Amino acid sequence: MRISRPILSAALVLALAACGSGAKPAAESNEIKVGLLHSLSGTMAISEVTVRDAELLAIDEINKAGGVLGKKLVPVVEDGASDWPTFAEKATKLIRQDKVATVFGGWTSASRKAMLPVFERYKALLWYPVQYEGLESSPYIFYTGATTNQQIIPGLDYLKEEGKKKLFLVGSDYVFPRTANKIIKAYAAANGMEILGEEYTPLGHTEYSTLVNKVMQAKPDAVFNTLNGDSNVAFFKQLKSAGASAETMPVLSVSIAEEEVTGIGVDNIAGQPVAWNYYQTTDTPANEAFVTAYKAKYGQDKVTSDPMEAGYNAVYLWAEAVKKAGTTEVEAVKKAAPGISLDRPEGKVTIDGENQHLYKTARIGVIQPDGLIKEVWNSGEPIKPDPYLKGYAWASGLGTGQ
Amino acid sequence: MSAFVNQLPIGLSIGAVLLLIALGLTFTFGQMGVINMAHGEFIMAGAYTAFLLQNFVLALPAAFLVAGVMGLILERAAIRHFYGRPLDTLLLTWGVSLVLQQLARDLFGAPNVQVPAPSWLSGGVGILPYNRLFIMALAIAGVVAVWLYLNRTGLGRRTQAVVQNRRLAATSGIDTGRVDMLTFFIGSGLAGVAGVALTLIGPVGPTLGTYYIVDAFLVVVAGGLGQLRGAVLAAIGLGLLNSYAEFWSDASLAKVIVFAVLIAFLQIRPQGLFALRSRVLT
Repeated sequence: MRISRPILSAALVLALAACGSGAKPAAESNEIKVGLLHSLSGTMAISEVTVRDAELLAIDEINKAGGVLGKKLVPVVEDGASDWPTFAEKATKLIRQDKVATVFGGWTSASRKAMLPVFERYKALLWYPVQYEGLESSPYIFYTGATTNQQIIPGLDYLKEEGKKKLFLVGSDYVFPRTANKIIKAYAAANGMEILGEEYTPLGHTEYSTLVNKVMQAKPDAVFNTLNGDSNVAFFKQLKSAGASAETMPVLSVSIAEEEVTGIGVDNIAGQPVAWNYYQTTDTPANEAFVTAYKAKYGQDKVTSDPMEAGYNAVYLWAEAVKKAGTTEVEAVKKAAPGISLDRPEGKVTIDGENQHLYKTARIGVIQPDGLIKEVWNSGEPIKPDPYLKGYAWASGLGTGQ
Repeated sequence: MSAFVNQLPIGLSIGAVLLLIALGLTFTFGQMGVINMAHGEFIMAGAYTAFLLQNFVLALPAAFLVAGVMGLILERAAIRHFYGRPLDTLLLTWGVSLVLQQLARDLFGAPNVQVPAPSWLSGGVGILPYNRLFIMALAIAGVVAVWLYLNRTGLGRRTQAVVQNRRLAATSGIDTGRVDMLTFFIGSGLAGVAGVALTLIGPVGPTLGTYYIVDAFLVVVAGGLGQLRGAVLAAIGLGLLNSYAEFWSDASLAKVIVFAVLIAFLQIRPQGLFALRSRVLT
């Protein structure tokens, strides 16, 4: 028996492997595995953990309502560790080893760009929940956050309506702010606005006195802020202590949501505008249920924000597509997804068949003294996603794609 | 033009921040030669002390004690066993710094927290807000206190004696272990005080220390080890260089310029470079 046992187990392993690599994962069991891949450690954990929590809530709710196709969803949670190669590696693991039906994950554009070739190679599905710089539409990614024409351009429309003609651009030094500012400059040129300055600081930068001095000297009507992470805290504290207020120097931000306001200090940022598609205060029946459920699960002091809501929606949209397709098989789900329309906390969202982004309503909000954000302007109806800005004459030459 | 003039006080205030974060390092790194990568986390501990107390003024002495005791524990429990092994100390304290960051994340959560600034620090004169002036005053007070301690107190003189010649100091009856302990306590405590001051201008989160640690080492290395005067001049010089480099270019390029100038400077005057003048404590 000395020899046959290893051979037996080897054969068993092979048999299991053969079983597992079958086209229909988990078809035999009454469970469907889905992957959640966010940074649970490192510098991005601050933001991504909340998105994972929102996705887990959606999975819970769907399971309580009977699951999908009569099967329970089982989340497989992995940590991207704020490290882009790790995202690619963990995505491969979720697809190849765990054989998940789909993956919800990512936050930074760098993590998405790292995962994209993995999902395209294995023909697996990724749902990406954060607003980003556009100029991308992978056939294996669904984008549930805003693209530029659903956040940045409405933000500029708002500033234009408010009569702000001279802008100063402040951003962190990486792909999103630089791409966003290219779009802003093209918009300004076409709309008679003037860009007085454009400044970038490294991620994690905390010394803003020189930059604040430059902004104050330039005397713009408004600042367009694409800073990311902790830098926002230093920037707003130092801007405030230089004597600027929301009235004298409005700063429109696209990366500050309810979560970030506490860390910056409400005193330093109250009255400043932000651009998103969703706020905790957004007045829809679905949002009331979402906020109540989230607080019940994670604590009454927790807040909900745009990326969290986009992650929460992603799970529901995928589940809807699976129901429509009658299977979790990727190509069938992709085929079923276009046109799916759901009433979500942010209002009605619809999956666009052409670029797999969502129709979303743009909302401008103002930060309140209690730390929540009150909507002051919205686009009225969901805006068709246009990641390459084909529908904007002034943007020709920008959207060259990849 | 006025923007150009404005950069002078801004440069000085950046220098004051640099000096404040480096002051503690002039003790632990400068006097004892210990490369303490967890120095940034003592700054963080100071900032969180201010958050817990929600009282800025009270936090200054409290943070000195909290960070000082943390430093004391680190020195007694670990670093003490690694004297004379700078590379091992570097790895050890780097590990400690990661542990402390994760600890802060578990205790206080990953998002940044807010420390209310005292109302008498809002407002300012000219380009400089009161909170910047306060940091400058605190840095000056810190330098004076350190100078007085080293030159006018018995403990301070004993510290200097140990630094200059450990064996001779020991044979003269100085308890070198106790001096090491005290030096580490003061150095770490000063980091805590810096942490409280930084809540006025920057984020308060688990990774706070990582934003300042490199700058702190730059100041001490550029100034020359164990040289209080050197640290003061280096901090002011680096602050002004930073301020004008960023004014004429941008923040990313300013960092490059500062490093390039520093490397060139250390080529000409390598006395500050620790590799050439490591004080191996035996």
